[in-house]
Amino acid sequence: MYGKKTEISVGIFMILGIACLVYLSVNLGGIDLFGSDSFVIDARFGSIEGLEVAASVEIAGVPVGKVKRITLEENEALVQMEIKKGTQITDDTIASIRTKGVIGDKFVKLSPGGSDDLLEDQGFLMNTESAISLEELVSKYIFKK
Amino acid sequence: MQIAASIGRSTLNRFQILGRSTIFLFVAFFQAFLPPLRFSRFVKEVEFIGSKSFLIVFITALFTGMVLGIQGYYSLRQFGAEAVLGVMVALSIIRELGPVLCALMVTGRAGSAITAQIGIMKITDQLPALEMMAIDPIKYVISPKIIAGIISLPLLTAFFDLVGIAGGYLVGVKLLGVNEGAYIGKMVTAITFEDIYGGILKSFCFGILITWISAFIGFTAEPTTEGVSSATTNTVVVTSLSILVLDYILTSLLL
Repeated sequence: MYGKKTEISVGIFMILGIACLVYLSVNLGGIDLFGSDSFVIDARFGSIEGLEVAASVEIAGVPVGKVKRITLEENEALVQMEIKKGTQITDDTIASIRTKGVIGDKFVKLSPGGSDDLLEDQGFLMNTESAISLEELVSKYIFKK
Repeated sequence: MQIAASIGRSTLNRFQILGRSTIFLFVAFFQAFLPPLRFSRFVKEVEFIGSKSFLIVFITALFTGMVLGIQGYYSLRQFGAEAVLGVMVALSIIRELGPVLCALMVTGRAGSAITAQIGIMKITDQLPALEMMAIDPIKYVISPKIIAGIISLPLLTAFFDLVGIAGGYLVGVKLLGVNEGAYIGKMVTAITFEDIYGGILKSFCFGILITWISAFIGFTAEPTTEGVSSATTNTVVVTSLSILVLDYILTSLLL
């Protein structure tokens, strides 16, 4: 029906195609093939203005995870963050929302404190700083002088 | 009265073709999973639609990525935002250009050939001959093509995406001097799984569309030389337009 050549070319095509597909989804799409090697911590902010799901979470400028979900709880923003396993986050870490770059991407900055107690999965960060809104600062300056 | 009748006739004709082709697709699709499974036929079609389109897809992808690199650099530089070049190239290729251009190239290469092949089988009475041997021509000739299209197109598109991004990298980073870390780093953070999934889903639909339309037009072609030649032209025109229209519909549904 078909020769060896057909088999080889189809085989190469399938392997290459599937390899491309896997590479795309794992490296660019960020899919975890081998289960999640991360843990989740929560933090509550007064305002997250402009923070979006999948925004990065950084410690000392190094990305250690990303924002997984943002919900409203008691009129405050509850941000769920996915942190890579092995990252040491103390229970007195301060989470603050900062702006990066010219376009103004928001990200969560974690500043670890000096405590010896590390946060586990489903841990909760007590100390947070809300997003700094330029408009609010300007209006404060103008109206409350 | 005469006018009403002619309008009615042409409307009915159109709907008849639509209905017939839909039944044709479903029969061909489900026949593929009924025994006897002709695996060797399927491998041959994957070779024809998939492997043999590799080179043409490679060249298309490379130059699309490269030209996006130049154009993107030129327009982004005006805002001082060359750093997002990688994001621009990767997003436009993965979400839009990859599936669509890949489908158009496969239409030109494989779609027209499918129509011509089936049309000539019809002229030379090969389809009735199959039937006389108690082999269903739809199952034997059409089904493997449709399944091969569904499998080949997403794989070709994934290949297109990677080569296109590499082309943009070549021009943007190596030639025009965009920061390499910015190109790749920003791209990886900006692309989500939904982008890739949407593009691949589109290519699935295009895979069905290309093989379905070209096989149906070939199958219903007039068994004359002119019939086959006009059917081949029709295939390329109808399939290309359908791809673009379906692309808009899918994009608006996915967003």
